[in-house]
Amino acid sequence: MPDLLEIVLKLAAVAAAFGVLPLLVGQAEHKVMAHMQGRLGPMYAGGFHGWAQLVADGVKFAQKEDVVPAAADRTVFKLAPAVAIVPYLLVLLVIPVGPDGQVVLDLGLGLFFALAVMGIGVIGAIMAGWSSANKYSLLGGMRIAAQLMSYELPMVFAASSAAMAAGTLSLSGIVEAWHWYWLPWQAIGLVVFFVAGLAELRRPPFDMPLADSEIILGPYTEYGGLRFAFFLLAEYAGIVVLSALTAVLFLGGWRGPFLDAELGWLWLLVKVFALAFVVIWLRVSYPRMREDQLQKLAWAWLVPLALAQLALTGVLRVALG
Amino acid sequence: MRRAGPPVPTPGAHRGTPGYAIMSTVGRLPGGGLAKGLAVTLRTMTRRTITRQYPEVQPDLPPRSRGVIALFEENCTVCMLCARECPDWCIYIDSHKETLPAEGGGRARSRNVLDRFAIDFSLCMYCGICVEVCPFDALFWSPEFEYAEYDIAELTHEKERLREWMWTVPPPQAHDPSGEPPKEIAAAEKAAARGRKT
Repeated sequence: MPDLLEIVLKLAAVAAAFGVLPLLVGQAEHKVMAHMQGRLGPMYAGGFHGWAQLVADGVKFAQKEDVVPAAADRTVFKLAPAVAIVPYLLVLLVIPVGPDGQVVLDLGLGLFFALAVMGIGVIGAIMAGWSSANKYSLLGGMRIAAQLMSYELPMVFAASSAAMAAGTLSLSGIVEAWHWYWLPWQAIGLVVFFVAGLAELRRPPFDMPLADSEIILGPYTEYGGLRFAFFLLAEYAGIVVLSALTAVLFLGGWRGPFLDAELGWLWLLVKVFALAFVVIWLRVSYPRMREDQLQKLAWAWLVPLALAQLALTGVLRVALG
Repeated sequence: MRRAGPPVPTPGAHRGTPGYAIMSTVGRLPGGGLAKGLAVTLRTMTRRTITRQYPEVQPDLPPRSRGVIALFEENCTVCMLCARECPDWCIYIDSHKETLPAEGGGRARSRNVLDRFAIDFSLCMYCGICVEVCPFDALFWSPEFEYAEYDIAELTHEKERLREWMWTVPPPQAHDPSGEPPKEIAAAEKAAARGRKT
């Protein structure tokens, strides 16, 4: 029975994290982006510095009419937001927040599972693009597909470099094996993984598939109300998951200056929010990349860099025994 | 009521600072442009925002703001110059002539009395020609701007309201110390110098 209770508690914790963290990142994006542009951002909702802005947005989305275009493929159209958001929830299950089994699902193949499931999230957006029966959506969907094809490769290479360094595919095992000297050793892998992850989440400056000013949010064009809100939530959940994975693989996850066992979750949270800040910072600072620049970055820079990192990891691993 | 705003940075003022020298070196390195972009946004984040929370905080308007045209009714002589010069004919003036009884041995004097002075702010294009053309200093610019109405007809404001706005007219600005002296002063000084010579 205690086992069952423990599982229920862990699942509740993951559900709570999934409900709260993306909203915190979204609110941080509102405020950080505003201040980086010399603005204040939301100031009214909730009374104090607009803390309830995203809650208010959610209420507004919930009131909206549920529209499905006449020519759309109804089943796929309705399924797409769920396919986009559920994978990120699943990835949170395998993120370790502390040593000695402080993880919901301690998979031996945790890294493999996380990367595979994250890829499915992208399928949701492609489904949306295809089923909307709208040329902009289709264009956006195709761009997402192209982006997934090119960025999945360096992302997997970089992640496998961390796995190689640790000698295990288990996320808990990778954090256990982490040492401070991984920072210089795996620096290239860290950058490649993070950048490729950003591209996979279609965050600016890699938001060519959405490009609201030219193809009006691409695959999300025909979506409104709650379904659109789910896509937005999936984007922020994606940021949380990407930041968490980057922290776990390259920044030592729950490792902190002291009390790893008790405060591991806090160290991980600090790292996640620091990385989420970087995500927002990059979004504010850089203009959108053109489609050909996007592809060139992946194939001409990230893939060779990731391969170089793999070689470096392999050589050092053999040299150190 | 008006609050002092944050200092407005003058363009190019940061060029002399050491930070600028560092940034221009960084900008020349490969990928330095990317770092520079990040630095700009981060620096902006640490500075005060320039947003004014308008309904809560009154904007800090410059003294020559063209908010509304105020009428100093006591100075108006009903000469009609403003109404005639107005490009879109938005000034309405009605008046009648009043005869003052003769004083002493002189004849009776007549003078104009203003009955109606109204500006239709739905037509006014805020060119300020009426203010410029008034020879008796009866029209002034006021920075007051909160006079929106729900009906376009209500934007025609009568002389009582225009007179009220006189209280919001700021005092004239001091002369720019490095500017040219006013023509009157220059002429007077020239005349004084001529007088000293002879």
